[in-house]
Amino acid sequence: MTASSVSPAATMTAPLLSLRGITKSFGAVAALTDVDLDVAAGEVVALVGDNGAGKSTLVKVLSGVHAPDSGTITFESEEVSIPSPAAAQQLGIATVFQDLALCENLNVIENLFLGRELRGHRLDDVRMEVRSRELLQQLSAKIPSVRAPIAALSGGQRQTVAIARSLLGDPKVIILDEPTAALGVAQTAEVLNLIDRLRERGHGVIMISHNMADVTAVADRVVVLRLGRNNGVFDAETVTAEELVTAITGASDNAVTRRSARRRRGAAGAPAGVTKEGTDDE
Amino acid sequence: MSDLDTVEAVAPAAAEFDPDRPRGFRGTLTVLGERFRGGDLGVAPVVAGLIVIWTVMQSLNPIFLSSTNLVNLAIECVPVGIIALGVMFMLLVGQIDLSVGSISGLSAAVTAVLFVDQGLSPWLAVAGAVLLACLIGWLYAQVFNRLGVPSFVITLAGLLGFLGVQLWMLGAKGSINLPFDSGLVTFAQLQFVPPWLSYALVAAGAVALFASGYARASARRSAGLPATSTQALLLRSAVLLVGLGAAVWYLNRDRGVGWMFVLFLGLVLVTHYVLSRTKYGKSLYAVGGNVEAARRAGINVKAIYASAFMLCTTLAAIGGVLAAARLAAANQSSGGGDVNLNAIAAAVIGGTSLFGGRGSAFAALLGIVVIQSISSGLTLLNLDSSYRFMVTGAVLLLAVALDSVARRSRASSGRA
Ligand SMILES: Nc1ncnc2c1ncn2[C@@H]1O[C@H](COP(=O)(O)OP(=O)(O)OP(=O)(O)O)[C@@H](O)[C@H]1O
Ligand SMILES: [Mg+2]
Repeated sequence: MTASSVSPAATMTAPLLSLRGITKSFGAVAALTDVDLDVAAGEVVALVGDNGAGKSTLVKVLSGVHAPDSGTITFESEEVSIPSPAAAQQLGIATVFQDLALCENLNVIENLFLGRELRGHRLDDVRMEVRSRELLQQLSAKIPSVRAPIAALSGGQRQTVAIARSLLGDPKVIILDEPTAALGVAQTAEVLNLIDRLRERGHGVIMISHNMADVTAVADRVVVLRLGRNNGVFDAETVTAEELVTAITGASDNAVTRRSARRRRGAAGAPAGVTKEGTDDE
Repeated sequence: MSDLDTVEAVAPAAAEFDPDRPRGFRGTLTVLGERFRGGDLGVAPVVAGLIVIWTVMQSLNPIFLSSTNLVNLAIECVPVGIIALGVMFMLLVGQIDLSVGSISGLSAAVTAVLFVDQGLSPWLAVAGAVLLACLIGWLYAQVFNRLGVPSFVITLAGLLGFLGVQLWMLGAKGSINLPFDSGLVTFAQLQFVPPWLSYALVAAGAVALFASGYARASARRSAGLPATSTQALLLRSAVLLVGLGAAVWYLNRDRGVGWMFVLFLGLVLVTHYVLSRTKYGKSLYAVGGNVEAARRAGINVKAIYASAFMLCTTLAAIGGVLAAARLAAANQSSGGGDVNLNAIAAAVIGGTSLFGGRGSAFAALLGIVVIQSISSGLTLLNLDSSYRFMVTGAVLLLAVALDSVARRSRASSGRA
C-alpha cells in the first residue's frame, strides 16, 4: 500500500462493509491490486478514478458478478464470500447498474415488483401499490404517478425508480454505478437528494462518479482508484476538486503535489494546482 | 392517507395517469392525451377506425349492418381471430410467427385425416392436431432459444415446411370432406346460442364486471388508495348491459350468436385475465419491453419465449380446425391465401406493437372485426378480392404507422 490516507474517515463507527487487499486479474490485466474499501452505515462513499481504474470491477466483486482472486470481504463484522448476485442480495448488498434495466412499457409499480410480485390467489395489485407509494414517499421521490409507464418518466425519475427497486429487498449497502451520468442539472440534484435520503435512512452507499461536483456535494468520503490500486482516501468536506483530479490522474507522489499546490495557492491567493491533463480530464 | 396526498401533490398534473381516479369528460380527454404522449394508444384508434369503416360500408350498401350480415360477420371472424390471438402473444414478446397460416392448414389436414380417413372420433382428431401444433411450437422455441435463430427465419422455414407436410398429408386427392352431420361441422355452422341464454350471458357478464370492479374498488379504498366510485362502476356495467344486450337482440332477429363466437370471446377474456392479472402476463410484457431487465429480475426468459411460441401455434391450430369445420373440408388451400397475413394484420391493427411489449387480448378481437368488416363490405359491393387486399393493406399500413409514431413520441416524451 503506497497510497497515503491523508484525511481520516468522516465516521468513527465500525464499518458495515470492509474490503481488504482485494485483487482481481483478467488474464494478464490486473484490474484490481490490493484494494481496500470501507463503508459504514449512514455513510456515502464516492468511488472515483479514471476510465479503466477498476471501479466497475470492484463493484462487480461486491455484487457477486466476479469472485476476487484474493483479499477479504467483511460484512457486519463477519468475513463473507459473495459467489453470486443472489448471495449479494441475500447479504443485503444491492447494486443499481448504469443501464437501469427497467421495462419502459411497464408502469412504476410493475417495475418495482418485477420478478417478485406480491400475490395471493392472483397478483395483489393493491398491496403492491400501497408499498410502492410508501417507498417513494419515504424517498420524497418526485414520481408523477405510480401508474405512469416508465416511458413517460425523465432520466432522473427512472434513476429514482431503479434505486427504489433496489430498496425493496431491504439492503444495508447500496451501490450506485454512475447514477448522475447523462442527467441534466435539475435531475442530478434530484438524484443527489435521493442519495442524501438513503444516508438518512441509515444505508451505506457506494457511489461511482466521474463528476467531482457531485462527489463533493453528497459524499462523506472519497476513495480514489488509480490503475487498479488505492490512490488516497479523502474527506469530502475538505477536499478540493484539484486534489481529487491530481489523485485520479496520478501525479506519482500525491502528498508532495498536494502540498505544493496548497503552498502555491497560499502564495497566489487562488487555486492553481491543477495539472494540464487534469483539466482536460474533467 | 395524508402521505399519499403528498406524493400526488408533488406533481398534480401527472396524477391523470391513475385510471382509478375519479374524473369527468375533460379528465378522460387528458388521460387519452397523456397516454398518447406516453406512447400507449390502447384500443382507441382501432375503435375509431371501426366506426369509420362501418359508417362508410353502411352508406355504400344498407345490407351491411343488417342482422343477417352481422351474424355472418361475427362467425367469419372466429377462425382467423383465434389465430390472431396467438400472433398477439408472439408480438408481445417482440417476436413473430409467420407460419400460422401453414400451421392452421396442417392442423385442418391432420384433423381430417385422423377423423375421416382413420375413423377416430372428431374430438380426438382435433386433440391430435392441436397437440401436434403445440409440439411444433416447442420445436420452434428450441431452435430459437438454443441456436439463437431469429423467429421470423425459423417460422419462415416453418411456413414452407409445414405447407409441404399439409399437401403431403392430403395426398393426391388434395381435399378431404368432413361429414356434415359431425359435431365439429354443426358446431361451426349451425349451433347458435338460444336467445334466452344469450341474454342471460350478457346479464351475467354485466354483473361479473360490476362485482369484480366493486371488489377491487373497496380493496383500494380500504387501503387508502383512490378508487372508482360505485356510481361509475354501476354506470359502466349498465352501459355494457344495454350495449351488449342491444347487440345480442339485433343478432337474435336473425340466427343469433354463434357458439363459435362465444368460444372466441371466452378465449379473449381468459387471455385478458392472464395478461393483466397474473405474474406470467407481466413476464410476457417485461420480456417484450426489455429482455435484459426481465432476465435480471429473475424471469426465466427462455421459458417465456417457449410459452409464446407454443401458445401461438396451438391457437393457430384451433383456428385452422374451426376454419375447416366451417368449410366442412380440409383442402390444399386451407390456411393458405390471406389467412397468414390477415392474422398478423389483425393483431397489429388491433393495437399490438410490432416492437414488442405492448398489446392486449382485445387487440386481436377488434383487429379481426376491422378486417372482416372490410372484407364483408367489399364482397357485398360485388368487388373482387383485389380491392380487399388493397384496402386491408392500406389499413395495415395506417396501423403500423400509428404504432411507429406512438413509439417515437414515447421515446421523446421519455427524455422530457
Ligand atoms: N471481463 C473483463 N475481462 C477482461 N478485462 C476486463 C474485464 N472487465 C474489466 N477489465 C479490465 O479491467 C480494467 C478495469 O476496468 P473497469 O471496468 O473496472 O474500469 P472502470 O473504472 O469501471 O472504468 P470506467 O470509468 O471506464 O467505467 C480495465 O483495464 C478493463 O479493460
Ligand atoms: Mg465502469
